[in-house]
Amino acid sequence: MKLTPEQQALLNGEKGEVMAKVVKTLVMYGETFGAERMVPVTSKFGHTVISFGLKIMKPVYELYDQLIEAGLVSDQKFTADPRPVDPNVPASFIEKLVFNKFMYTEQARFEKQMEKLGLIDDDSFTCACYLDQVNNKPLKGEVLSWAESSAVVYANSVLGAKCNRNSGIIELMGSIAGFVPEFGLLTDEGRKATWIVEVKCEKRPEPQLLGSAIGMKVMEDVPYIKGMEKWLGTELNDEVCTYLKDFGAATASNGAVGLYHIENLTPEAVEQGEALIKEGAKVYVIDDAELQRVQDNYPVVWKDINAKPQLCFVGCPHMTYRQLCDWTEAVEKGLEANGLSKVAIPTVFTAPSAVIKEFEKTVLYAKLKSMGIVLSYICPLMYMNNPLVKKKAVITSSNKLRTYTTARYYTEAQILDMITGKEVK
Amino acid sequence: MKQFKGRVIVPGTCTAEALVSKGGFNTLASYQTPMLLGDKQVKCSDQNNPDLYKKPMIGKALCLPMTIGSTTGGMVLYTVCALGKQPACMLFSMPIDSLAASGAILGDVWTEAKMPVVDMLGDEFLEYAQTGMTITVKEDGVVEVG
Repeated sequence: MKLTPEQQALLNGEKGEVMAKVVKTLVMYGETFGAERMVPVTSKFGHTVISFGLKIMKPVYELYDQLIEAGLVSDQKFTADPRPVDPNVPASFIEKLVFNKFMYTEQARFEKQMEKLGLIDDDSFTCACYLDQVNNKPLKGEVLSWAESSAVVYANSVLGAKCNRNSGIIELMGSIAGFVPEFGLLTDEGRKATWIVEVKCEKRPEPQLLGSAIGMKVMEDVPYIKGMEKWLGTELNDEVCTYLKDFGAATASNGAVGLYHIENLTPEAVEQGEALIKEGAKVYVIDDAELQRVQDNYPVVWKDINAKPQLCFVGCPHMTYRQLCDWTEAVEKGLEANGLSKVAIPTVFTAPSAVIKEFEKTVLYAKLKSMGIVLSYICPLMYMNNPLVKKKAVITSSNKLRTYTTARYYTEAQILDMITGKEVK
Repeated sequence: MKQFKGRVIVPGTCTAEALVSKGGFNTLASYQTPMLLGDKQVKCSDQNNPDLYKKPMIGKALCLPMTIGSTTGGMVLYTVCALGKQPACMLFSMPIDSLAASGAILGDVWTEAKMPVVDMLGDEFLEYAQTGMTITVKEDGVVEVG
């Protein structure tokens, strides 16, 4: 890799040993992928995937202490993934004890570190940092040093920004240095599709199921998706962006997708069309039967597969304002149809603090509360990490949560039926 | 015994028993439970990976196509290395992915752990290697499986 004289000086230790190690890490990272140079990070804000002070992750906080003690803070302010714990989310006394005394014992220390390193503010904890209310929405073509698989795939695909699937810690080092190695999704060639996905469904494909199927098939490759126009149209409006948020999260967690193109919809596909498809691209055809096959093959790891669900999570990744409104209205209708006033299963909706604040101003918020639904800024995944919670029969409409935890996946319609007291066949 | 030649990501040598994942290795899903519970054998907790689920990973020659899943993956690998709970080596049939590379590099630059990492060993490597076989990694990226 060819470094500028300034970058080389940093590598040589001009700004101390710790900074030299930061640059060495970025250089090795780039050289692994054939990067020939560093490029400046041009987005206004960064985003880090690390948001938790987990006891077992002490080496990470020790590394952060090294950075802080060396005076290395992020060149740009940043947002972070959601906090792991919220006292409003249902948990037994013993579960809370495990959260507070055995798991997230480093949370206060970690949040102080985040503040020193450049966290925007106390409300900056969400995986959906790109939502309007959160205000960390990069522009097309901007170079990012982000991590959080669902945010990276959204920024690349829907916003047209440029970001590799960076890991936690590496993303912060890019923000500290102010430059990242140029490879992969930062290059035009790396953004070309090596898969063509033909969607031939007779009904609107569930975003989290379609994303899962594609992720598991293409893994880290870039898919060019055809056949979605009749379901999503050609405009990136609020409803479509919400769909793509959930779809992308599933592609990234069930596989390793960092970028997808959707014909006539996502920015690069609109501009370049099939020129984005590499010669010899493989083809994957998806119909309703394929999606059913994918769903039927998810392992159920509950001890009693017929257990009555004890908790439901909706909002991984975090819900949008629109989703909160739509779900509240749908639950209200469902409960009314089933002669109930409160949800049949304890239910938690998760969203960014900034979205929650906006939603709290509406009449729907009172309805949501009256139906017994908890609204939280929590990361359901971090909550589910509690070994005691793992034993609970938790259901979710999130394929990401399903992938990383013992939560059982159902489609949004199935979840709605279950929490409103309708039997699911 | 068969020899395969790959590209060295993190140099080093080792001999260890193979643990083979034919599908993508989900780093977070595989490590989160053993790390949380302090499992000394570091048994894989990824229920979606039938090749590895509930099998001990510490000290094994982890053979895999690539890693998948959360972008905490590199941080998790770094932590595993810092705590001395890493595999003996990581051997990728495909070109290494960005998350695994991050973890391997962070482990190499910021910890004392020795975990040789070799990628691009080819599809035949992953077809030939079976869990339980003995694997030797040499400094130049040659991997002996037998």
